[in-house]
Amino acid sequence: MLKYAGKRFLIAIPTFIGITILVYILSSLAPGTPLEMIFSDPHATAEQMEVMRERYGLDQPVVIQYFNWLKQLLGGNLGISYRTGNLVWGDISERVGPTLLLTFASLTFSLLVAIPLGIISAYKPYSIWDYLSSALSFVGAAMPNFFAGLVFVYLFSVRLKIFPSGGMYDSSGTRSFGMLLHHLILPMLVLSIQQVGSLIRQTRGSMLEVQQEDYIRTARSKGLLEKAILLKHALQNAFIPIVTRIGLMIPFLFGGAVVTEQIFAWPGLGSLMVLAINARDYPVIMGITVFIAASVLVGNIVIDLIYSLLDPKIRYE
Amino acid sequence: MANVKQSSYLRDVLKRFFAHKLAMVGALILIVEILAILSLPSIMNLDPYSIDYMSFGAPPSPQHLLGTDNVGRDNFARLIYGGRVSLTVGIMSAIVSLLIGVPLGLIAGYFRGKTEVVIMRLADIFMSFPSMILILVLASVLGQSITTVTLVIGFLGWTEFTRLTYASVLSIREKDYVESAIAIGEKSKTIIMKYILPNSLAPVIISFTFRTAQAIITESSLSFLGLGVQPPDPSWGNILYYAQSISVLSNQLYLWVPAGILLVLTVLSINFIGDGIRDALDTKMSI
Repeated sequence: MLKYAGKRFLIAIPTFIGITILVYILSSLAPGTPLEMIFSDPHATAEQMEVMRERYGLDQPVVIQYFNWLKQLLGGNLGISYRTGNLVWGDISERVGPTLLLTFASLTFSLLVAIPLGIISAYKPYSIWDYLSSALSFVGAAMPNFFAGLVFVYLFSVRLKIFPSGGMYDSSGTRSFGMLLHHLILPMLVLSIQQVGSLIRQTRGSMLEVQQEDYIRTARSKGLLEKAILLKHALQNAFIPIVTRIGLMIPFLFGGAVVTEQIFAWPGLGSLMVLAINARDYPVIMGITVFIAASVLVGNIVIDLIYSLLDPKIRYE
Repeated sequence: MANVKQSSYLRDVLKRFFAHKLAMVGALILIVEILAILSLPSIMNLDPYSIDYMSFGAPPSPQHLLGTDNVGRDNFARLIYGGRVSLTVGIMSAIVSLLIGVPLGLIAGYFRGKTEVVIMRLADIFMSFPSMILILVLASVLGQSITTVTLVIGFLGWTEFTRLTYASVLSIREKDYVESAIAIGEKSKTIIMKYILPNSLAPVIISFTFRTAQAIITESSLSFLGLGVQPPDPSWGNILYYAQSISVLSNQLYLWVPAGILLVLTVLSINFIGDGIRDALDTKMSI
């Protein structure tokens, strides 16, 4: 098991390096030199500019600059924000919590809704649950996060006034878990809509496929209880493709969080990203991108490990 | 002889497609919508750019069917022209993705070896990363015209095409007709273009429809954030941008709800058509 985990981790490293190269190339395509961003004194002489170039290492070849940046990055130094003048790591770290809370809540909610619905619709095809599930998955796939967000805010905040329209806490200054939960529900629902749809389809599909397998027929002819067959034999095997789907969902959750956080003024990485992009604050943009890349990779490694727990064959390959 | 067989396969596919109820509903909605988008501007003399100085943020009236936005532009005209932009960006960027993704998949699957490792590893990297974030970064770096938005979305959508083409090339490569083509010494280019490409088209066509739907969603999300198609050019996404103001959201539903409904309806229809094509082509694939 440990050996397997180590192998997955080793595979993740080139992926991470690939992403850092990509991000670096992208940001070096940006119009305007970083120097103009940091040092915007119009009276600066050519000599002064040269000194600044040297100080920021901008006089060196791009490849060297990349390695310098990577070295700093691995040391935990993401540079200084052009926009706020704070350390990028500080700006990012205070927003990591809200984003992780939102994405985890949404992932958990999607699993809790989609897996039972998927199982029921596979067991009772053409039932009301089955139709409900497929309607949900079609709408989920066609509903952009932001439109769902606007509709929810209009219905539940503006008209019915049962949920707040944004933020994590209200302006009263007191902070309680209940209040956080109250603010979390709408953005969580919005971020889940698309995931629930695709997860229902996946669960239904793989449950139907498993039903055809010989070992299910064997279990049935042995006279096992339906419940035992479902829980012990069918679910465990159907779970492998479902877990794959969950792995594919993780990047979408982080991507969707950008839009969702923007609508609900959720103080996470996504809304910071929009601020940074509007201000062309490249150190922050690069920092967030790399941070999200790292989180997605960690997520994938966790998924891989769950995978190997479910299916011993994968572990020993 | 081959010709007869081919046409009967095509006839079967078309028959199955036309029997698919949801796909027919989707096709109908999309045809009506495209006709409206193409013909209404000249019939009704619509102009999405001109400003009516007599009315800013006006409610619906006979002159302005869906009112005017806060700058005094006719909202109905913007909705129709926005449809042109959103559909064009969606389709064109799916074409860009296809043109990048399919050749890479063919190359990786046919030549194997190092090229395969590099291409598929690259696809893994792109797939494991939230494309929305990269699109945001790229759009901010390259600027936000309709063309750059199309190219950026298209450029980052290649992985699905590569993965599918690669998978089908791997299975087709082992077929007897390819092996015999290799045995009689046909050039690689001929084998790919004549035997492999036509036989791996089914998944590509299906994923083209889903890709178009996804690209329309991506464009509108980007424009909604103010980082995609920029006003005065209209797109469904940037029409919905105004709903970020709480007063527009709560009191001027006619400004934002129609764009949202058209958006959802369009994506839904394209997905229905995609489902229909998948069932008609009868390939075992999960997208």
